[in-house]
Amino acid sequence: MAKGELEPGSDIDGFLVGEKIHTGGMATLWRVTKPDIEQPIVMKVPMIQEGDDPTVIVGFEMEMMILPRLAGRHVPKFYAMGDFARQPYLVMEYIQGYSLYSLIQKAPLPSDEVARLGAKVARAIADLHRQNVLHLDIKPSNVMIRDGGSAALIDFGLSRHLMLPDLLEEEFRVPMGTGPYIAPEQVMKNRSEPRSDIYSLGVLLYYLATNVRPFGLPSAQSQLRKRLWRDPVPPRQLVPAIPPWLQEGILRCLEVEPANRYDTAAQLAFDLSHPEQIELTARAQKTRRDGLPVSFKRWLKSKADNAGPVQPARQTNLAPIIMAAVDFTEGQEALAEEVLVHVKRVLAIMPGVRVACVNVLKLGRLTVTSTLDEDGRSIHVRRLVELKEWARPLGLDQAHVTFHVLEHMDPADALIAFASSNSVDLVLIGAGATSRFRRYLGSVAAQVVGRAGCTVTVVREPRGAQETTDVDEALIDTG
Amino acid sequence: MRIGFFSDIHGNREALDASLAHAGKQRVEKFVFLGDLVGYGADPVYVVERVARLVEEGAFAILGNHDEAAVSGVGDGMNEYARAAIEWTARQLDGASAAFVRALPMSAMDDDRLYVHAEAQSPKSWNYITETMGAERSMRATEARVTLCGHVHRPQLYHMSRTKPPGFFLPQAGTPIPLIGRRKWLAVMGSVGQPRDRNPAAAYAVFDTSANELTYQRAPYDIEKAAAKIHAAGLPQMLAARLFIGR
Repeated sequence: MAKGELEPGSDIDGFLVGEKIHTGGMATLWRVTKPDIEQPIVMKVPMIQEGDDPTVIVGFEMEMMILPRLAGRHVPKFYAMGDFARQPYLVMEYIQGYSLYSLIQKAPLPSDEVARLGAKVARAIADLHRQNVLHLDIKPSNVMIRDGGSAALIDFGLSRHLMLPDLLEEEFRVPMGTGPYIAPEQVMKNRSEPRSDIYSLGVLLYYLATNVRPFGLPSAQSQLRKRLWRDPVPPRQLVPAIPPWLQEGILRCLEVEPANRYDTAAQLAFDLSHPEQIELTARAQKTRRDGLPVSFKRWLKSKADNAGPVQPARQTNLAPIIMAAVDFTEGQEALAEEVLVHVKRVLAIMPGVRVACVNVLKLGRLTVTSTLDEDGRSIHVRRLVELKEWARPLGLDQAHVTFHVLEHMDPADALIAFASSNSVDLVLIGAGATSRFRRYLGSVAAQVVGRAGCTVTVVREPRGAQETTDVDEALIDTG
Repeated sequence: MRIGFFSDIHGNREALDASLAHAGKQRVEKFVFLGDLVGYGADPVYVVERVARLVEEGAFAILGNHDEAAVSGVGDGMNEYARAAIEWTARQLDGASAAFVRALPMSAMDDDRLYVHAEAQSPKSWNYITETMGAERSMRATEARVTLCGHVHRPQLYHMSRTKPPGFFLPQAGTPIPLIGRRKWLAVMGSVGQPRDRNPAAAYAVFDTSANELTYQRAPYDIEKAAAKIHAAGLPQMLAARLFIGR
């Protein structure tokens, strides 16, 4: 059998080939089955033509390197692959759901829908970046929304694994990406910037919100470069119903300099999930494109910028989201202060950190709890005020701190759900008085430690002198 | 099969022992020594004997330029430190050790892999591979899909498709790298006994043939002890000092 020519009914390494479900520019997708695999699966086969088109081969090699190393619901599950020596293929999960591409016809979408989808895709990108992989070709047809609601990214043919050789870097002297979506630094052939994916997501959100592509459909190289100096029409000029916060979010994604975008996809997901807390800047109020002098300055800079070789680096999260769980119950004041001390320490070593200050307003299980206090004030609002007052000594600007009062019957459940849905990297939580009773029956902190998916620091009240134990003698260095 | 690759041990007993112990924990089943067992370090006989025993049990060992110099005389192109160490080493090697070293091959093929100490186009010239041109010359000189070599004391990885110049990658220890696709790969090991990439830990690598993955590894070892022996042997002090900084 010639390479790349499958037929329904063929058997490839035990996979029975079914119908062809997609023909793309570089590969075909076939439904396949195998007796020991119950889930629906597909086989992706590169279309290798006469003359060995290097783009197809190298793109497929990259996908063969990257897909088996990825895990989680934001990517298709990998099952098997075949080598070039016989029949190159990748077998992966068939994702049940819909492609974001199918939503393009319905654009412009309502703003809350755009934000909801944007948060989903941003969470998927954050998960990919955590695994040291940059997608570098984020566009509607490469995003699937699973039936369960989460986004999954597909097609890693242009992707980059920061811990593995980049086969594409040496192969091509032209920018790689999809014209309308490619980030400025990708145009300059930098394939090591995680924030390129944030830029492409910004293009996607702009398109969904306005039904207009911010940079059109460029075909020539020179047209790709234009985005280095010419800013897009502000979305609110096209669709006045778009709220300022969404324009702020989209235009921040579309900043030419990666440093001016969101630091991480997790932060973008966080903002799109809490639009009321987005810090509005001049971007939100922009009514027209930048004037000629500003564009000209950027044009000069784009000419001067010479993208030198970029050192690949491990994708470390330099701008994590930390969650400070603060309890204002009477008698816990000292503990809340101690949590603050620890937040300050984290800020001292990582200035880019974003702090989500969280307080749980516990609801009664059986009774309808009044949300008003004795004086008739809203308890929710009072807690918010207390949270802001608590965080004031941190001196953080609005872009780096948010406040959340969660109303829930089970404080631990509420905190764990918040940490998970907001991609929190570190939880700081106080643990109350260290009585035996609390220690063994499980404080809220103990439950959070046990069930949260991220690192949790348990903060104790400063120890009194009488509680210290002299253990020096037990720890004599016998070395 | 998980194969461990060890190059440029240079008579450093502590580094060799630590690397082999480290490799044991990585479930390495087969050993390949890519040359320069001796030179610089104070334990040439121990290293040769330990490698010779492993070769009896099925390991591969390849000749390096310092090995050749120790048994056949110093040629041109060696600096004064290397020359002093080689002359000292030649006096240490007994008949059996010298005979083992003298019998080492210049290269070996094992399945689709080539084992060689330096650049493969002319192994006897002992050319260093430090950039893509040298790597390309070496890869074009062999049918092997994967070339594993040493000589440079800095870990490097090159890959090349049929039509394009090679790509370079600076491997990071502990990350399995799939040697995938229809391209050739050239893996330069770091040095077990005298690393020069500013990381003083002993460098080696593990190739998993079924997973087709290469993992560069680092094994910390007792540098103080190896250095003290170099001093005690009267070898140039610089050979001990550089072990601490990995340069």
